[in-house]
Amino acid sequence: MNTTKKVFQFYYTGFKNMTVGKTLWAIILIKLFIMFAILKPLFFPNLLSKNFDTAEQKSNYVFEQLTTTPKQ
Amino acid sequence: MTSMLLTSVVEWSRWQFALTAIFHWFFVPLTLGITFMLAIMETIYVKTGDEFWKKTAKFWMKVFGINFAIGVATGIILEFEFGTNWSNYSYFVGDIFGAPLAIEGILAFFMESTFIAIMFFGWNKLSKKTHLTATWLTAVGANISALWILVANGWMQYPAGMEFNPDTMRNEMVNFWEVLFSPVAINKFFHTVTSGYVLAAIVVMGISAWFMLKKRNIVFAKKSILIAAVFGIFGSAALIWTGDGSAYQVAQKQPMKLAAMEGLYEGKDKAGLIAVGVLTPGKEYDDSKDPYIFKIEIPRLLSFLSNRNFDSYVPGINDLVNGYEYVDKDGNKQAGLSFAEKRDRGRIANQALIDYKAAKDRGDNSSQAEALKLIDENFKYFGYAHLENPSSIIPNVPLTFYSFHVMVILGCYFVLLFIVVLWLLYKDKLHNKRWLLWLMVFTIPLVYLASQAGWIVAEVGRQPWVIQDLMPTVSAVSRIDAGAVQTTFILFFSLFTVLLIAELGIMFRQIKKGPEGVE
Repeated sequence: MNTTKKVFQFYYTGFKNMTVGKTLWAIILIKLFIMFAILKPLFFPNLLSKNFDTAEQKSNYVFEQLTTTPKQ
Repeated sequence: MTSMLLTSVVEWSRWQFALTAIFHWFFVPLTLGITFMLAIMETIYVKTGDEFWKKTAKFWMKVFGINFAIGVATGIILEFEFGTNWSNYSYFVGDIFGAPLAIEGILAFFMESTFIAIMFFGWNKLSKKTHLTATWLTAVGANISALWILVANGWMQYPAGMEFNPDTMRNEMVNFWEVLFSPVAINKFFHTVTSGYVLAAIVVMGISAWFMLKKRNIVFAKKSILIAAVFGIFGSAALIWTGDGSAYQVAQKQPMKLAAMEGLYEGKDKAGLIAVGVLTPGKEYDDSKDPYIFKIEIPRLLSFLSNRNFDSYVPGINDLVNGYEYVDKDGNKQAGLSFAEKRDRGRIANQALIDYKAAKDRGDNSSQAEALKLIDENFKYFGYAHLENPSSIIPNVPLTFYSFHVMVILGCYFVLLFIVVLWLLYKDKLHNKRWLLWLMVFTIPLVYLASQAGWIVAEVGRQPWVIQDLMPTVSAVSRIDAGAVQTTFILFFSLFTVLLIAELGIMFRQIKKGPEGVE
């Protein structure tokens, strides 16, 4: 048996024989789905990348923001 | 009006970040410590061949696995927030923050997909020594993984190893080692991971005490308590040592945070440490009220902790606002700048930055060089340009003060508990002390409280700074709708509450089942 197959078998039988682990994996997958398929695209865009195309535009925007911030 | 809307976004973004960080931190510290304990248990198994230790290690591995599975990736949400809520900050810090986070992500991925899998799936498939190696590497890997995020946090508290580039508006790393080995980062790392060791020891002791109260798995419980209490004693010693190092660094690099931790308004020589105290409600920095309703003070200890000298001067909140002078140990006069002086220098840096850009746009090299010189000379106080009122550099004193004292008092209580438990174990009387066993169970929430209180000291105490002296929170936040932040706050609160309930439900079920095949 080659190494890749051995590694695959190791993980496959490991996951197959899980008991409580299966519930945990279900929780992990649901959690990752909510994070990456719902929260990230719908609520958490990278603001600068979304609004600006070039590094210069981003730099100019941050320059404006930092030099004109309302005083606290 | 703009200012009020901004305040609302700042406040909601801070609440959201705090919520996410607090929930994330519910899961992390147990992982840091319990992995070492189960590695110790497995080492005993490999050395002695006694199956009892294998089964004991397997039980605690299950507890670790549940905690790990529920907690894994909760920290990623913090990274989402950087890009959305804190875009100015994310851009301004450049690769200094990004590099450690990327290393952490890669390391965590490889560690989690290899060593943890080997640890869980490798029983009876690998040699004992190979499996044991994977278990130890899981423990070491979990701790090293934490190093990188703590280095990034340490840099925010003490920005070292970088230079500001006015052309890109980013801070650029010029010395990786200065960032990695900054004294603030190193102390923060060791203090944080050792707090995880103490937390894990208390959790293992508390769960084991529950078995003793139920009069089941007594041998397993006693031996688990022994390992945990010894581990906890050593963890506490390291925690106290690194806590002292952290306090010294705070005194040197963030004196306002230290003053808030102690409720110290007027600086003094031979300053005492408040062991226990109650602050006067509504105390303002510029009024004449006594800061304390009640206090028990340890003479001169604050001076020693701050400067390694029992007679030294420790500045208070008013000194840091108004400026101060003192005589150092060599008899030389020293001065600390006032808020107004720092704000003026911050404004010079701010104006120079505007001038630099204008000169660059019109191709005026000489004016550009002059502006750059001013930026370099005053950049250290750049963030003060965004602050108007002296009170804005003072963090929430009561929250910082009480969090610090809760953390320290509980830390002392844990040390006492470890000692008492070890003594009673040695005398074989622990099983008779039901009140103590119950106390051990109810200490579990207290250790989480102490752990969270530590982070509140670190993060609330450094306000208003996101990056010490360079960027206040108000400048770091994105100009987004506060309503959107409120929505995600509620979403996170719901998601994390469900996760926490799920963890506790699964954890309690597994604990009730107990270890398989041991007394």
